[in-house]
This record gives sequence, structure tokens and C-alpha cells, in this order.
Amino acid sequence: MPILELKDVTQEFGGLRALNAVNLTVEEKQIFGIIGPNGAGKTTLFNIITGIYVPTQGELLFKNEIINKTPPYTVARMGIARTFQNIRLFNKLSVLDNVKVGSHGVTRAGVFGNMLGLPASRREEKELTEKAQLLLHLVGLYEKRWEYADSLAYGEQRRLEIARALALNPTLLLLDEPAAGMNSSEKVDLMELIHKIRDDKNLTILLVEHDMNLVMNICEQIAVLEYGKKIAEGPPEIVKNNKKVIRSYLGVEA
Amino acid sequence: MDSFLAQYIDPYYLRILVLIGINLILALGLNIITGVTGQLSMGHAGFMSIGAYTSAILSMQFGYPYFLSLLAGALMAALFGFLIGIPTLRLEGDYLAMVTIGFAEIIKVFFLNFEPGGKAVGLSGIPQNTTFVIVWVIVLIVIILNARLLRTRMGRAFYAIRENEIAAESCGINTTRLKVLAFTIGSFLGGLGGGLYAHYMYFIRPQDFAFMKSIELLNMVVLGGMGSIPGTILGTTILTLAPEMLRVVAEYRLLFYGALLVILMIFRPNGLLGDIRIYDIKKRFRKKEVETCRS
Ligand SMILES: Nc1ncnc2c1ncn2[C@@H]1O[C@H](COP(=O)(O)OP(=O)(O)OP(=O)(O)O)[C@@H](O)[C@H]1O
Ligand SMILES: [Mg+2]
Repeated sequence: MPILELKDVTQEFGGLRALNAVNLTVEEKQIFGIIGPNGAGKTTLFNIITGIYVPTQGELLFKNEIINKTPPYTVARMGIARTFQNIRLFNKLSVLDNVKVGSHGVTRAGVFGNMLGLPASRREEKELTEKAQLLLHLVGLYEKRWEYADSLAYGEQRRLEIARALALNPTLLLLDEPAAGMNSSEKVDLMELIHKIRDDKNLTILLVEHDMNLVMNICEQIAVLEYGKKIAEGPPEIVKNNKKVIRSYLGVEA
Repeated sequence: MDSFLAQYIDPYYLRILVLIGINLILALGLNIITGVTGQLSMGHAGFMSIGAYTSAILSMQFGYPYFLSLLAGALMAALFGFLIGIPTLRLEGDYLAMVTIGFAEIIKVFFLNFEPGGKAVGLSGIPQNTTFVIVWVIVLIVIILNARLLRTRMGRAFYAIRENEIAAESCGINTTRLKVLAFTIGSFLGGLGGGLYAHYMYFIRPQDFAFMKSIELLNMVVLGGMGSIPGTILGTTILTLAPEMLRVVAEYRLLFYGALLVILMIFRPNGLLGDIRIYDIKKRFRKKEVETCRS
């Protein structure tokens, strides 16, 4: 069953057509890659899915529900979590608190519960701490849980964004260039991590990435965008050998 | 109790302590709005005046008991905070600052022309029910509830909004709703402080709650460290004491505040305690323990 469907989605910014009638179907538990040159519209696609932009035209379905005009916080609560290409952490909060905030959409305690320290609020807080610590172990940042988020190295910040996104218990995870700025050993760890979370947490993962090695290795299905248009789609083997893709994106080396 | 204390503490100092306490309640309210949630409000004195006038009029002209009028004043201020927050909190930074200044000015002009409030002459003869003990019991309660709030779910969400709104939304935080909520809580404390003030001063005028008072409160939050409760306590104490202790400061208030902010921005842009956290200190102790174990 498809978890996410885009039907003829178009996004215009003034005169610029950042996405042009894009169709996309992502199946449950898939690791789906989106590639394409700079400015192709990959991040715009993520911003549409997460409700930051309302598409100019077309239809957006998550678990068969139309989410065209659903605001970002509601999209998050429905189970779509994301990371950002230009890292957006809560810099002056601790690493642990960053992950805890990630759970906001799936927790309930209110202002009075928090202020009065009511039992339900305390219980939730305790569970939250445990869950956040587990996630930090998973991404290898447990030792740094008391640091400010902005004191982490670049690659660590990217992993913290993943932990924060996972705290939402998502069913669909969008990763925008998760390997950018990572060295090759970090990239290997990242690939392992992505496989692991997909299997352990029953996730569907949509991934934008420029590192072809990583994309071809972990994605089961790949869509190629160019100037806002989808020019190819298929499993890595097929996409890798597609003439249009080679010409426009992969270059002579492929 | 207060007369008992007065035997041991000079009434002048007792008065300063009461004023510190009232300013603390006001500043902790503003801290939630500006320090924690990052919404620059430059009209906090407006909420203070709503609380002051509402409670004073209720106890003088309607015979409400003291605590009930305090509560009513705080709730009235909260209501205004809520109503003003809905349209304005979509604005950002400078715009929000301007709107809040404008709001406080409108409130001032309203009270300047408000018959039951004595117009420009103000209200006098307010029962002096506010005592040292009452103020400081309320301060303690406010600090405890505030501290609990800030280290749990909703408080963290407030901080997250300050740090990065888009990321906060992506975590499922309804940022508009929570900004209004922070504004309402902060206004409630503003109104509460105003009510305590009115019932301590005996006499209030619209000018007591002018722009200068809003700036003074903002300085208390900024000086100590945005979003930090110990920081707000420190900033409030220093800025309440300074004009009392140093005549120069009282006379050149504006100059003093300006210079203070400039110096602060240069040497400690996050405020005196803004980037010091309890767990940093704990960690330092922990490291020491480890080292002493090894040696
Ligand atoms: N908010 C916006 N307003 C105007 N133009 C925008 C906006 N967001 C994106 N664009 C434009 O849309 C096009 C697609 O941008 P997008 O960020 O989606 O590219 P991308 O595929 O993610 O590129 P990169 O690989 O560099 O991250 C670009 O030309 C960009 O300038
Ligand atoms: Mg991009």
C-alpha cells in the first residue's frame, strides 16, 4: 500500500516553477531516494510534504488522506518527521532537550500538569527522558547529552536531527541531505543507521542526497528531478543506466 | 508578621525588598514571553496597569476581598494578553515590539481618561493589604511553578519556538497557539504584579505604568539572561537596587539603562547568567570527582 502519493504537484514561486506536475508514489517501508542537480526542487518537495508550502496545483496524499493544506505541526502529528538540509537545531538547548522537544507532537502534558507536577505529567516526563536517551544511544550521542546542540560537530548535528525526528514516532521520515558534511566513515555509519531504523521502527524513508554511492547503496527506488520535473524513476540499477540521467546528472563517469 | 519584621528590619529596606518581590513577579512574567519564547514585548507595564486598576477599583468601589481582586486583576490582564496575542503574535521581532509599545500607550491613554480610575490624577486610598510576607510567598510560588514549567514539555516547547520556529513546527508544536499561551501566562503575572503594587502603594497613576516601566522590566530580563530564572532574579535585584542605592542612577535612569545594555551586549551578549546552566555546574563537579578519584 502506498504511504505517500503526489499527484501532479506543481509549486510556483512568483514566475519560477520549482516543481512541475510531479507524480510520486512511495510504498510502505521503502527507502526512496530523490536525486537531482542543485535547484532541481528536492527541498521544495519536502517543504510541500511537510506543509510549509501549499502546492500551487496537484494533490498530496498521506495514508490516503489529502494533506495539501495541512499545517506543518499537524503533518508532524500525523507521523511525518523530517531533518533539514540547512541544519535547524535548538542551539541553546541541550542535546537531550532537543530530542525531548522532538516528542512534543506525541505527548500530552499541558501547562497546568507541568507546573503542578501532576502524576500524569511526571510519568510522561520520565518516559520521555528514557526514550530520548535510547535514541541518543542509537545515534551515538548519549555521551554528549548535556552539551548545547550548537557545540556539536557538523556530522553529530546531522545525527541529532535524525534522533529528534525519530522522537516523533514517525511512520514516514524525510531526510534532506543527511550525509552532507560527513566524512566517509561517518557515511558508512549513517547507512547502517538508516537501515537499522527502517527495520526496527517500521519506517518509510524518503531521502534526498547528493552522494551517489550512498544513494545507490541504500535506496530501493529512486526518482530523478531536474528543473522541477521528474525525468526518471526506478530501482538503482535502472536509474544508473538511464541515458537522460547520465547526461543531466551523473556525468560521464557513470 | 510584617510589624514583627519591622522591629528587626529598617522599614526602608523592607520596602525595597517588597519592591524587588513585585518586580520579580512582573519580570518572571515577561521572561516567559521574551526571554523563553523569544517574543519581544515592550509593553509589559500595560498589563501591569490593567491588573493594578482592575484590582484597585474592585476592592475600593466594589468591596471585593483583597485576594479576589488580585486574582481578578491578573485574570483581566491575562484576558487582554490573550486577545492581543492572537492577531499580533503572527508578527515578528520589530513589528511585535512596536505593536506592544502601541498597546501599552493605548492602555495608558485609556486610564488617563477613565473616570472610575481618577483620570490623570489617579486613584488614591487603595487599601494597603500587600505585605512583605504575602509578596514573598507569591514570589516563591511563582518561581517554583515557573521552574517546573520551564523544565518540562510545555516550557521546552516555548524555548524551541525561540530557538527555531520552523523546526519547532516540525516537532508537532503549534507555534501560534503556544506563543499566545506564553503571552497569556506572562500577562497574568504582569496583572498580578500590578495588583500587588496597587495595594502596596496606596496610590497609582497612569504614568506609573508608562513606557519607561516596560523598558525597566525588559532590562531586568535581558541583564540577567534571557530565559533564565536565576538570571531574571539577579537582573531584577540589581536593577531595583541600583536607583535606590545610587542617586546618580535614579537621576540618569535612561542614560544608565542605555549604557548598561551596550556594555552587556559587548561583554555578555547572553546576559549575566544566560549561558550558565545548572547541569554545566553539575558536570564540572562530576569531572572534578573523576579527577580526584584518579589522583
Ligand atoms: N521560498 C522560495 N521562494 C522563491 N524561490 C524558492 C523558494 N524556495 C525554493 N526556491 C527556488 O526553487 C528552486 C528549487 O529549490 P530547492 O531548494 O528545492 O532545490 P534543491 O533541489 O533542494 O537544491 P539543492 O540540491 O541545492 O538543495 C530553486 O531555484 C530555488 O531558488
Ligand atoms: Mg535542497
